[in-house]
Amino acid sequence: MATIDNGVNVQALLEAREALKGAPEAAQFTWRASSKWQKGAHSTTSIEKFFGLGQEQTHKSESVFAADHPEIFAAEDNGITPIEYLLVGLASCLTAGVASVAQNRGIQLRSVESTVEGGHDIRGILGADSDVRNGFNDIKVTFKIDADASAEEIEALVAQSQKRSAVYDALTNPTSVTVEVA
Amino acid sequence: MTTVVVGAGHAGLAASHFLTGRSIEHVVLERGEVANSWRRERWDSLRLLTPNWLSRLPGHHYSGPDPDGYMTSGEVAEFIEHFAGVTRAPVRTGTAVTAIRRAGTGYHVVTSGGELSCRSVVLATGACNVPVVPAFAAAVPAGVRQLTPFGYRGPEDLGEGGVLVVGASATGVQIAAELRRSGRPVILSVGEHVRMPRLHRDRDVLWWMDASGVWDQRYDEVDDLTRARRLPSPQLAGTPERATLDLNALTGLGVELVGRLAAVRDDVLLFSGGLRNVCSLADLKMRRLLAGFDEWAGLRPEAELPPTRVPPAARLRLDLGRGEIATIVWATGFRPDYSWLDVPVVDEKGRLRHEGGVVDSPGLYALGLPLLRRRRSTFLSGIEDDAREVIGHLAAAPAVRG
Repeated sequence: MATIDNGVNVQALLEAREALKGAPEAAQFTWRASSKWQKGAHSTTSIEKFFGLGQEQTHKSESVFAADHPEIFAAEDNGITPIEYLLVGLASCLTAGVASVAQNRGIQLRSVESTVEGGHDIRGILGADSDVRNGFNDIKVTFKIDADASAEEIEALVAQSQKRSAVYDALTNPTSVTVEVA
Repeated sequence: MTTVVVGAGHAGLAASHFLTGRSIEHVVLERGEVANSWRRERWDSLRLLTPNWLSRLPGHHYSGPDPDGYMTSGEVAEFIEHFAGVTRAPVRTGTAVTAIRRAGTGYHVVTSGGELSCRSVVLATGACNVPVVPAFAAAVPAGVRQLTPFGYRGPEDLGEGGVLVVGASATGVQIAAELRRSGRPVILSVGEHVRMPRLHRDRDVLWWMDASGVWDQRYDEVDDLTRARRLPSPQLAGTPERATLDLNALTGLGVELVGRLAAVRDDVLLFSGGLRNVCSLADLKMRRLLAGFDEWAGLRPEAELPPTRVPPAARLRLDLGRGEIATIVWATGFRPDYSWLDVPVVDEKGRLRHEGGVVDSPGLYALGLPLLRRRRSTFLSGIEDDAREVIGHLAAAPAVRG
């Protein structure tokens, strides 16, 4: 049998899991983003540093993300809308999960594609109807996976990926959010 | 005294049986009566999950007219008491253990009826001493009555009005079904759960567990032992109809399903939006389990059970201020209580540190815990092999006989 390689170092992840079981303080991470208003709804947010394993960490390079509203919102569309970043987060998190779980289960992936759709009633953010929430009403993710596995094994990959997904959890469960003016 | 056994339930009495067999002097200390928790800490309608023919204690089998039935709690208590009588277990009832300390090469045991010194101790106090309730229960407004399975006896104890049952293990699904049948509106909050049909190919699903060898899997062969030991009890009920009590059955009764209860914020309950995935996971695991049985039996797979019907828009919030819910039943699990054990063998999560019942302190042993030595350990019929092996270890330990 050929060696399975989805490009995931499962051994390192399993070792980290064992090591952090006995060192919960090292498992405390803080992810950070810094945002700056440009004009109108346009802002840029950069991400470079984070904290974890007991010390400051730095990504290989800084990433900068532009957010704006589309022209039909009377904006300049210098970037995707903020709520679309949630779709980016969810899709990439679930996809990473599929790859990791597949590697751990010895399943060779050939392609993993997904579409994410978030249903949004914008009357909420416009204040047009106070019974309508601001956020998504629902989110639907559809995976298309080509792999050396049965349909049931693929279904199980996707289910397990949701079970271990940070973004899936953050979207499906409430999170305490504090916003302050410094 | 050579050995003190704490608890006269099925586990403590099985320990006593094997200690007697090896002529090891011992006493079984029991805070209440024999099989105390079966008499006092169970709701009225509860029946054992295992069929009668599979409810075995060492040398002691069910011999009544209904081998495929399930004992009521009262019948379980009688069954255990009968075993205590037959084995002439030296039980001291009404004797609560209040402290156990290491003393020299043995242990010092403080009880409500005096103190004892011994060489070894068998902890057989059970896994379900205290109902676990999430911390945010404190934020539930005072107008809503809160109950745990220890305080719940039956629907007649509850006032009128809707009930939220939190937790979908055997306890939660059984209580939700019974409350719904009493005519009350019932909402069931569902997290990760274990789905099982009562019967597979006309045989009890636990017959398959037993016969196919699933229950014989040893604790040191299980992939993630911590997780396996924490697994919620399967969605089973022991009813005369041998009916399946999965979420589809509850939906059929008119129980409303919502996701895992995640928080209470300003008198509003917030449920997880992940209900669909916990149901998918349970469906997948159940299908894998049943396919494994078929493969073991050399049978071709038959039609699969329908997937769990998840409401298309399960609600995510429930305002307790609106009076829809009069009572919350926390079926959110149980934990053992070792607060009286002054030996450093309990981890930061309150679990006993042990290897197959051999506790991490010389001369200290445990019996009657989930997956103690094998999957069968969680059930009544698992105690015979566990007790034989654990008492074998105790007997072989140096200087056990003083």
